[in-house]
Amino acid sequence: MSVRNVRSVRTNADPSPAAQSADPVETSRPIGLFRTAWGHGRTKVGLGLVATVVAIAVFGPLLSPHTPTEFVGPPNQSQVDGLLFGTDDVGRDVWSRFLNGGLTLLLLSLSAALGGVAVGALLGIVAGYRRGWLDNTIMRTNDVVLAFPQLIAALLVVSIIGPRVWLIVIVVAITHAPRVARVIREATLRVVEQDFIKAAESIGVARWRIMLREILPNITSPLLVELGLRLTYSIGLVAVLGFLGMGMEPPTPDWGMMINENRLAITIQPWAVALPVAAIAVLTIGANLVTDGLSRAAIGIDRGVQE
Amino acid sequence: MAPEAGVRAGRSERSALLRLVAGRLLLGLLTLWAVSVVVFLATQALPGDAARSVLGREATPERLDALREQLNLYDPLAVQYGKWLVGVLTLDFGVSFANQAPVAEYLAPRIANSLWLMGIAAVVATPVALFLGAYSAVRRDRVVDHATSLATLVMASLPEFVVGICLILLLSTGWLSLFPPVFGGDSGQVWASPGELVLPVLTLAIAVSPPIVRMMRASMIEVLESEYVQQARLKGLPERVVLLRHAAPNAIGPVAQVIALQLAWLAGGVVAVEFLFRFPGVGLALMDAVQGRDVPMVQAVVLLIAAVYILVNLLADIVGLAANPKVRVRSA
Amino acid sequence: MSPVTSQTSRAGTGDTGDTAPEILLDCADVTVVGHPSAVEIISEVSLKVRRGQILGLVGESGSGKTTLGLALLAHQKRATTISAGEITVGEHQLLGRDERTVRQLRGRAVAYIPQSPASALNPALRLRTQLQEALGSAGADGRLPEGTTIETRVREVLREVALPDDDVFLNRYPHQLSGGQQQRVAIAMAFIGYPELIVLDEPTTGLDVTTQAHVLDTIRAMTGEYGVSGVYISHDMAVVSQLSDEIAVMYRGELVEQGPARSLLRDPQHAYTRRLLAAVPRLHTDGAPDPYLDGGTVPARSRSVTDSAEHDADSMPLLRVRDLAARYGRTTVLHDINLDVHRGECVALLGESGSGKTTLSRAVVGLHRQFSGQLQLDGQPLATSSYRRDCTQRRRVQYIFQNPYEALNPRQRVSELILRPLRHLCGRVEDPERVVAASLEQVSLPARYASRFPDQLSGGERQRVSIARAIATQPDLLICDEITSALDVSVQAAIVDVLRSLQQEGLALLFVTHNIALVSNVAQRVAVLNTGEIVEHGPVAEVLAQPSHPYTRALIADAPSFEAA
Repeated sequence: MSVRNVRSVRTNADPSPAAQSADPVETSRPIGLFRTAWGHGRTKVGLGLVATVVAIAVFGPLLSPHTPTEFVGPPNQSQVDGLLFGTDDVGRDVWSRFLNGGLTLLLLSLSAALGGVAVGALLGIVAGYRRGWLDNTIMRTNDVVLAFPQLIAALLVVSIIGPRVWLIVIVVAITHAPRVARVIREATLRVVEQDFIKAAESIGVARWRIMLREILPNITSPLLVELGLRLTYSIGLVAVLGFLGMGMEPPTPDWGMMINENRLAITIQPWAVALPVAAIAVLTIGANLVTDGLSRAAIGIDRGVQE
Repeated sequence: MAPEAGVRAGRSERSALLRLVAGRLLLGLLTLWAVSVVVFLATQALPGDAARSVLGREATPERLDALREQLNLYDPLAVQYGKWLVGVLTLDFGVSFANQAPVAEYLAPRIANSLWLMGIAAVVATPVALFLGAYSAVRRDRVVDHATSLATLVMASLPEFVVGICLILLLSTGWLSLFPPVFGGDSGQVWASPGELVLPVLTLAIAVSPPIVRMMRASMIEVLESEYVQQARLKGLPERVVLLRHAAPNAIGPVAQVIALQLAWLAGGVVAVEFLFRFPGVGLALMDAVQGRDVPMVQAVVLLIAAVYILVNLLADIVGLAANPKVRVRSA
Repeated sequence: MSPVTSQTSRAGTGDTGDTAPEILLDCADVTVVGHPSAVEIISEVSLKVRRGQILGLVGESGSGKTTLGLALLAHQKRATTISAGEITVGEHQLLGRDERTVRQLRGRAVAYIPQSPASALNPALRLRTQLQEALGSAGADGRLPEGTTIETRVREVLREVALPDDDVFLNRYPHQLSGGQQQRVAIAMAFIGYPELIVLDEPTTGLDVTTQAHVLDTIRAMTGEYGVSGVYISHDMAVVSQLSDEIAVMYRGELVEQGPARSLLRDPQHAYTRRLLAAVPRLHTDGAPDPYLDGGTVPARSRSVTDSAEHDADSMPLLRVRDLAARYGRTTVLHDINLDVHRGECVALLGESGSGKTTLSRAVVGLHRQFSGQLQLDGQPLATSSYRRDCTQRRRVQYIFQNPYEALNPRQRVSELILRPLRHLCGRVEDPERVVAASLEQVSLPARYASRFPDQLSGGERQRVSIARAIATQPDLLICDEITSALDVSVQAAIVDVLRSLQQEGLALLFVTHNIALVSNVAQRVAVLNTGEIVEHGPVAEVLAQPSHPYTRALIADAPSFEAA
């Protein structure tokens, strides 16, 4: 009770003059988050970087001069006439393989991130709102999944069942879910302890409706931030699985696998490694910059006008 | 409040903390057990016959039969698990399919190697990261702060193998051939060839630092904004005392947890880095085992990494609880 | 204690004897601006404090009074700068000096007592360290009297603020103390270096009335004994009137009025001061007027009239609580609660934090389920959980929460906030716009507020929306849980007006509060709750005029008021 008093004292600030004079602005909140995030320079840079890599991955196959699997010259040559970046370890065109190797990585990581965040958000909201045995069961099960580093869990499953595209998505998503659930549960707890939830309970609004209508709209900011973060990690995970030889089956072009195939000749033909590495680096940095912009905006927005 | 009441309060606080720690320990053990079940089921019970995968397509039925007997594959699942668990508890992880040697024997030196690698990385990374974080907080919104923030953001985004390859491209190819791109040292005594260790250690240190820097910065900023730091300044204390006595000890508490979590992350992150540099540690052993479908080896390494992960996480929890005297009371 | 007596008692310790003492603090044209907006947080504030006197600095939150208080120590919060002005304490000039000089003046010329000692004492350091270092800089240049060591000085000052001075106490951490003890430590820390001026920033906010009275006594005694001057910052006129020789009123960063305490309270010149004074709830011993007798209004809603025609209003209370006992886990927080609320009546539930008053009100509305005993609405039993009550029961009892900043979903517009519960409880709403406008009008808000989000409203406006949301469903009983405690005084008064007019329309109120003055303004009957039990219960006039229980008597005695001034 004393905690409540302290908080009420702290939040008891006059609204800023801007809020008093401003006429009601007809905006809905999620748009506000993007708009605020856009105000941070890093969000723009991040989106630019991501867009560049996405463009390469999506339109690359249309521009590639050779097919990714055809042999065009002797292996491991960095200077071959007619080829932009030389040949790879078995004599395929590095540039063509690079242009063709990004789309699967993008699609896999995007679906894994979306799936993981969806499942994690559901678990987190339910655990945070219902508490009790349900909360305990969910969080203890989470602990078991959390005991495996994400890469180890993926390696364990993929090594047993074999590298399948759907399996990679599912494993990465499942390892994301408890991590997302933790964050969303915390966010839910902060919302749930506010009185508007009790106001809804006092007039008997159904629990699922409270979760959907009262809680969910108030955790969109952490949810978006989580999505960005999980996307960054998914890209890293899918790429590292490819790098470790647990992703696509050769000879499919894939950035992670390209690095693995060509890393022994890195000193004589650095392009075959540098191109995919640069693409992965730019993509993850871009995604993380956007995430950072979003989370900065979220902090500002969640504090509201009072600050 | 009478003076004795305070002492009593202190004592009950300590016992409350002990109870809390005991509870976490129990939970950790429970999780570890659950993990062993998962690992066992994943490796032994899923489709795919271990015996066939060892002996290959053209194995004779007799040999398959003998191997299945050896692996207890004819027992009911629960019995299989029981036998395996008893083995694990006595550090007997079975015999490697790949080289027919006991798994424990094969892994022991590699565990030591990995521990060296992780240990050096942690010792290098932590103080630097703490200092950088605290320094950016003190110089908040100045150039140093912005530069640090951008650098950590970039480093935090990169997967560890990308960091490693960038380092190789920078330091081992072209004009700068400072360090060898793969580990060529003696697999028995990795610390005997420090030059070979530089790149793997640097990779891990770079991968592990950013969250520590960011957390230390955030925590330090929060503390610097706190009323007790303001009060310390209003008492007329010199800035050095304010920072070292009043701010830093309170700022490190929350960071300790992040440090521990990052150490736990090392347990998993080491795999790709060892694979990249061909460093003879558990990570490389795991990759070899996975590629050779060496089930007992995979079981042992995964269980080991999970155990370390759980243990260090537990440590992080306890450190987090013990760091803040207020938490002890509130959670009691 | 009246300011007159405190002034004479302190005159003896003043340096100049019976003539007006010299001016100690001279603060001239101080302006503080914020970055990066360059908005002036306080503008050209000038004030003087004589040696040995206390200046009360009054203002509502956001008026800039804390910023000014910190400026008196030459401290600027992050993103603020003292851009102009001069501050002199004794012979020391504070502004524009180098960091080292300012540091040496702090704790010696000026000391600071913070608003919330719980966050102003370092959680990781023992009291001994924190007290000793406060003396460190002052002791170094020989301020300590002959024969006094830092150690003995620490113990001495602890005894002076009535705290234990033994090693056990000195070895404690701040979180091992109660709120009142923490504040005494903060006071001791300020006085330890024999400062000439002390800035007290709302030192009793967040403390219980009883603790507040003790802390105020300590402050009064210490300032008198040391003969120091003080700047007492507060939003509470009543507290200030008890302590100060002079009062200065701040409004939106400017000093609007300053003068001797007595004349300022009697005859305020500035409109804002008058408004502030009028809004302070005064302790009436005759209770609040009964709206039926006083206003002579017949309950406006026909529904209430027909209801009371069916039941005999005297024998059948609207809400009846019988033998209620409530628990949190294994701890019992309420026992043997018996309480009736009749139609159109306002019953106050008075108690300090921890008395169980919120638990009781939550049990009534079905939010706290761990209780036994009977709850009846119009003779019909109420289930423990709101989810097991029928729709009509849920509609008839509505709850308003303490903190308006948390009671409204920040992602919904005011119109949705009002309509959603209404649709949930009463089904389809004909002409929703009119309903929203009508509810807003009842709480004196313009209809155009319907399209706003909560963060576009001030605290008082939010609380009005909470009330509008509740009354839109046409309840019979409104439970108000400390609904004014998070608001400034002038806003508080307006909310109380809204409640009064609602009561005139026939609504019954259960008004939960810790503020005894508010009780006498709103309620007809009062139940005093102490550690989970109702210790006194009756008409407000009787209870306040002749309290029978010692706890009630203590509450009344400790309540700050300026009737005496």
